Amino acid sequence: MAASNYEKFKSDGTMVGNVTEWIDARFPMTSMWKAHLSEYYAPKNFNFWYFFGSLALLVLVLQIVTGIFLVMHYKPDASLNASGVPVAFASVEYIMRDVPWGWLIRYMHSTGASAFFIVVYLHMFRGVIYGSYRMPRELIWIFGVMIFLALMAEAFAGYLLPWGQMSYWGAQVILNLFSAIPLVGNELATWIRGDFVIGDATLNRMFSFHVIAIPLVLLGLVVAHILALHEVGSNNPDGVEIKKKKDERGIPLDGIPFHPYYTVKDIVGVVGFLMAFSVIVFFMPEGGGYFLEYNNFVPADPLVTPPHIAPVWYFTPYYSLLRAVTYPLFGIDAKFWGVVAMGAGVVIFAFLPWLDRSPVKSIRYRGPIFKWFLAIWVVCFFILGYLGVLAPTPGRTLVSQICTVIYFAFFLGMPIWSKLDKCQPEPDRVTFK
Amino acid sequence: MSCDGKVDCGRRRLLVATAAAGGAAGVVAVVPFVASMLPSERAKSAGAPVEADISKLAPGEMMTVEWRGKPVWIIHRTKEMLDGLAKLDAKLADPKSEKQMQPDYCKNDFRSIKPEIMVAVGICTHLGCSPTEKFQTGAESGIDADWAGGFLCPCHGSTFDLAGRVYTGKPAPDNLEVPPHRYLSDAKIVIGEDTKGA
Repeated sequence: MAASNYEKFKSDGTMVGNVTEWIDARFPMTSMWKAHLSEYYAPKNFNFWYFFGSLALLVLVLQIVTGIFLVMHYKPDASLNASGVPVAFASVEYIMRDVPWGWLIRYMHSTGASAFFIVVYLHMFRGVIYGSYRMPRELIWIFGVMIFLALMAEAFAGYLLPWGQMSYWGAQVILNLFSAIPLVGNELATWIRGDFVIGDATLNRMFSFHVIAIPLVLLGLVVAHILALHEVGSNNPDGVEIKKKKDERGIPLDGIPFHPYYTVKDIVGVVGFLMAFSVIVFFMPEGGGYFLEYNNFVPADPLVTPPHIAPVWYFTPYYSLLRAVTYPLFGIDAKFWGVVAMGAGVVIFAFLPWLDRSPVKSIRYRGPIFKWFLAIWVVCFFILGYLGVLAPTPGRTLVSQICTVIYFAFFLGMPIWSKLDKCQPEPDRVTFK
Repeated sequence: MSCDGKVDCGRRRLLVATAAAGGAAGVVAVVPFVASMLPSERAKSAGAPVEADISKLAPGEMMTVEWRGKPVWIIHRTKEMLDGLAKLDAKLADPKSEKQMQPDYCKNDFRSIKPEIMVAVGICTHLGCSPTEKFQTGAESGIDADWAGGFLCPCHGSTFDLAGRVYTGKPAPDNLEVPPHRYLSDAKIVIGEDTKGA
C-alpha cells in the first residue's frame, strides 16, 4: 500500500496536531491547503492587474449569498395580482420596500452583476496584455471563456426576473435571436420560451436557470479554471516561466507561497473593491441608469415596447456587433448573420492561444504593432459599447460597422501581424524592484 | 488497453457492449426533460380568437388589441394613406407580399380585406419588438424628409409602411404578419379566425 495521508501527516502530539492527523487520515485537508495555498508558488512580480481574479471569486460569493436571501422573497410569477401588477414585479418592489434590509440585499445583488462584469473584463484584459492565454495555459483560458459565456447567460436570465419593461423586451429580442437560425429557428425559440410568446413559462424557466442550472455550471467551471491554473502555475507581467529556474528543493526561484503573500495582498484589493462597491450600492445603486435601467421600473407590458430599448451596459458591445450586420449573405437573412457576429465576438476569444504567434507573451516585450492594434481594438470595443446603448441611426450604424470590422480584423489578422512585430528579448527571470 | 493475454476479452466485450447499451438508454432518458420545456397543453390551447369593435376608430387612427399575448393593430387608413402606398414599391423589400406573411385573402396591394382597414400583428419581424406608430409624414417624423408615414421599430430601426411592408436595407427581413381575421359586421372584427374556419 502506498503511503497514506496518515503516514504523511504525523501529529506533533498536541491537541490540534491530533485532530489534524485524524482528518488528514480521512480527507486531504493539509495536502490541499499546501497544494493550493501555502505551497502554491506564484511569481513574486504580480501587480494590481492580478487583483481581479480573486475579486471575481469574491463577487461570485457575494452574488450567491445575496441571491440565496433574495430567493426567500422573490416570486417568479407573471400573472397579475389584485392591483393588476405582475406578481414577480410586485415581489421585487416588496423586497425593496417591506423586507427588512431587502433594499440592501437587492442593490448588492444588482450592483454585483455589473461589478462582476467590470472585474471579469479587467481580468480578461490582464490575460491579453500579459499573454496569459499562451501555452501552457490554453485550457485555463478556454475555461475562462466558458465562464464568461455562462456569466452572460446568468446575467441575462437574472435580468428577466424583475419582469419590468426592459426585462420583457430585452428577453423578447435576445430569445428571438434563436429564431434567426435557418430551418429550426422558430421551433427552437418556442422551445426556449416554453410558449409562443414570452410569458410565465419563460419567467419560471429563467428563474430555474438563474438560481440552479447556471450557478452550478459556473461553480464547476471556476473549479476547473483554478485547478488548471494551479497545475501549470500562474503567468506574470513579464510573461516568463518561473518554473524554468528552481532552487535545490524544486521551488521556483521567483515564486512565493500564495499564502500568506498573495492572500494578504489580495485583501488590499478586496478593501479597495469594497470601498468602490459600497459607494455604488449606497449612493448610486442605479448607476445612472446603466446598472438598473429606468424602463425596468415599469411593469412588463407585452403590448408596448418602450421607445428606446437597450441592453445593460455589459452586453452593449456585443449588441452593437449584432446590429452592425444589415446585409443578407448567401441567401440567409441579415439577422442570422448579426447573431453569428455577436456569438463569434465572444467565442473568438477562445482561439487567442492559437491566433497569437508572437515570440514573447507580455506587452512589456512586444513591439509597437501589438500596442497600437490593441489600443485601437480597445477604443473600438468602447465605441461599440457606447453605440449599443443608443438608438440606431444610419451614421451610428456605419460607425459600428467600421468598429465591427476592426474588432474581428484584430483577431483574424493576428497570426500575421503578431509575427511581424518587432519584439524585445524576454529576460531570463522576472523583473522585480 | 489492448485486448492482450491479461484481460478476459470476452468479458471486456460484454462490458463494452452493455455500457454502450446503457449509455444509449441514458440518452433516451433526456427526451422527457427536453420535451417538458415545449409549450404545455394549456399554452397551446390559449390561442382563442378575440373580437374588436372598430365602430369608433376614426380615419387616420389605430387601435391595439391583444391576441395570443401579442399586440394586434387595427389601422383605419385614409384615402391619402392608401394612395401613397403604391408609390413606395421601389423602396420596399417585398412590395407584392410574395412571402407568406398574410392569409391569401390579404395578398393584395393593401394587405387587407377592406382597403381602409389594416390588421397586422404589431411585432417586428426582426427580433420581436413592437414598432412605434409614425404617421407623421416628411421631415417632422424624425425619420427622413420623404417619409410617407408608417412604423419605426425602436429596437433596431426597421421601418414599415402603412400596409406593414418592410423597407429594404433594414434589419427586419419580412413584412409584418397579417393575422387571420374576418368581419362579423362592419363594426366588428374577429382576430384569429378565418371565414373558412368559422
